Amino acid sequence: MTIAGATTADLMAAVASGETTAVEVAQAFLDRIEAHDGSIDAFLHVSKENALAQAAEVDTKRRSGQPLGKLAGLPIAIKDNLCTKGEPTTCSSRMLEKFVSPYDATVIERLRAADAVLIGRTNLDEFAMGSSTENSAFKTTRNPWNVAHAPGGSSGGSAAAVAAGMAPLALGSDTGGSIRQPAGFCGVVGLKPTYGRVSRYGLVAFASSLDQIGPMANDVHGAALLLEAIAGGDPLDSTCLPEAVPSYTSTLEEPIAGLRIGVVRSHYGEGLDAEVNAALQRAIEQYEDMGATIVDVEMPHQQYSVATYYVIAPCEASSNLARYDGIHYGYRAPQFDDMIDLYARSRGEAFGAEVKRRIMLGTFALSAGYADQYYNKALKVRRLIRRDFDKAFEQCDVILTPIAPTPAFKIGEMADDPLAMYLSDIFTIGANLAGVPGISLPAGFSSSGLPIGMQLLAPALQEERLLRVARMFERATDWHTRRPQLST
Amino acid sequence: MSVQLSRDDVAKVALLSRLKLDDGELDRMTEQLGAILGYVERLSEVDTEGIEPMAHAVERTNVFRADVETPMLPREAALSNAPKTDGQYFLVPQIFDAG
Repeated sequence: MTIAGATTADLMAAVASGETTAVEVAQAFLDRIEAHDGSIDAFLHVSKENALAQAAEVDTKRRSGQPLGKLAGLPIAIKDNLCTKGEPTTCSSRMLEKFVSPYDATVIERLRAADAVLIGRTNLDEFAMGSSTENSAFKTTRNPWNVAHAPGGSSGGSAAAVAAGMAPLALGSDTGGSIRQPAGFCGVVGLKPTYGRVSRYGLVAFASSLDQIGPMANDVHGAALLLEAIAGGDPLDSTCLPEAVPSYTSTLEEPIAGLRIGVVRSHYGEGLDAEVNAALQRAIEQYEDMGATIVDVEMPHQQYSVATYYVIAPCEASSNLARYDGIHYGYRAPQFDDMIDLYARSRGEAFGAEVKRRIMLGTFALSAGYADQYYNKALKVRRLIRRDFDKAFEQCDVILTPIAPTPAFKIGEMADDPLAMYLSDIFTIGANLAGVPGISLPAGFSSSGLPIGMQLLAPALQEERLLRVARMFERATDWHTRRPQLST
Repeated sequence: MSVQLSRDDVAKVALLSRLKLDDGELDRMTEQLGAILGYVERLSEVDTEGIEPMAHAVERTNVFRADVETPMLPREAALSNAPKTDGQYFLVPQIFDAG
């Protein structure tokens, strides 16, 4: 077995049988990063010594017959907006360039308890604001399938790391599609759980009513396994749902009889790339061949989801990012006149253009005289978008949609047009506004060799259904087995 | 709902946002915020009469916990990332005139 690029199931079997060890696995992925990350730039920080020490500990536990966690010895890449004690947590921002987290996020604690091996910190759009990972203050991550193209974002580093075989698993965060869209662009599996399914404690906040942490993996099983390890109630996050977490991996192989798949016909018209459309039509037929019924559903307010999101998310961001004051932690301008000037210079010097844009947008939309027009109006439309989902799910079990209007765009293509970039989030944003789970999985390739992803959405807390439906498609296709050819 | 943002309006928002922007940034921001707000205007087409605002996907209220002491971040750790500290407190510039 070639270790780098292997699935989690194969890695676990190989380690359990004694064919290899956790240390050998960690070393193989570290070697892979060493050899290829120079051209991909997925990682901001590689935790070589810590990873090898954690792996050695797993091997010791195994040899001495101690119980092992469900991610025992599996390397995992961490998006650099998840606080990890003693490690840099930069959010790809100059503001937090020197920040070392004094505590672990709940998901990180759970990964440690599950005996995972934390292999490194991945690049993102600054504070997770963006759809291409180009908004990082530190580096531009490249799509492993074609380095001229963006990996998507904001969890582009995590997606690229998994696609390039530099980690079998990764954590991302998704506020408007930031797990699912890069997963789609890089040809891997990415799942945004139900809002509240995974604790947000220790996730650096962007838009608190929309943010969710979720798994990325090179197959559906990996995503199910990782979700199992991180989901569940947390007293440190009062929005985290206490409902019991099902064993997603144990039901994964069971197809759903009488499956009803909802399709929104207007998705497949103008504005959707022809090859993406063709791949999605084939996917729909594939499900029909497996006995699923296709149901036409209407989502009349979806056309307003981008506008709704780009009011609500910046409003929440402007409030959340007020904490960066140059006093408690983060960057402080070396020179300033007075207290206000200290704030304004520290923030003006350390935040990048997209972060400033969103803080400004949110501050304006919440300012006296405009809050009703913008913020409260958007919150009302948000409820109508949620009702569209509720009604659609009365008629179907899951909804199948594209992930993005096109495969991965070129690096730099949309750099000067923030609105065009925002509009590309049209298919993913609804799930965040409504709080429902969504999964992105590989559904084909363009003629130029770029991955095409598809999205499945389910009602709140139906991750188990989502994963089973995704697995039905995965088992019938081989898209997820393809790996990019990397140059060194 | 049409709003035309002037450069002065944008400068005022920058002050409220505590963001020091240079002239080039103010120009770009005026243009880009105008375009985004122009796009957002389509929300006014939606009839939201009688619709309650939805601030959160999980509409739960009053999540209580027991009022017991739990370990907190030690002072040293809390101060570890501060740009300026005396080991006890965060240090800020003088706010009042020494007069």
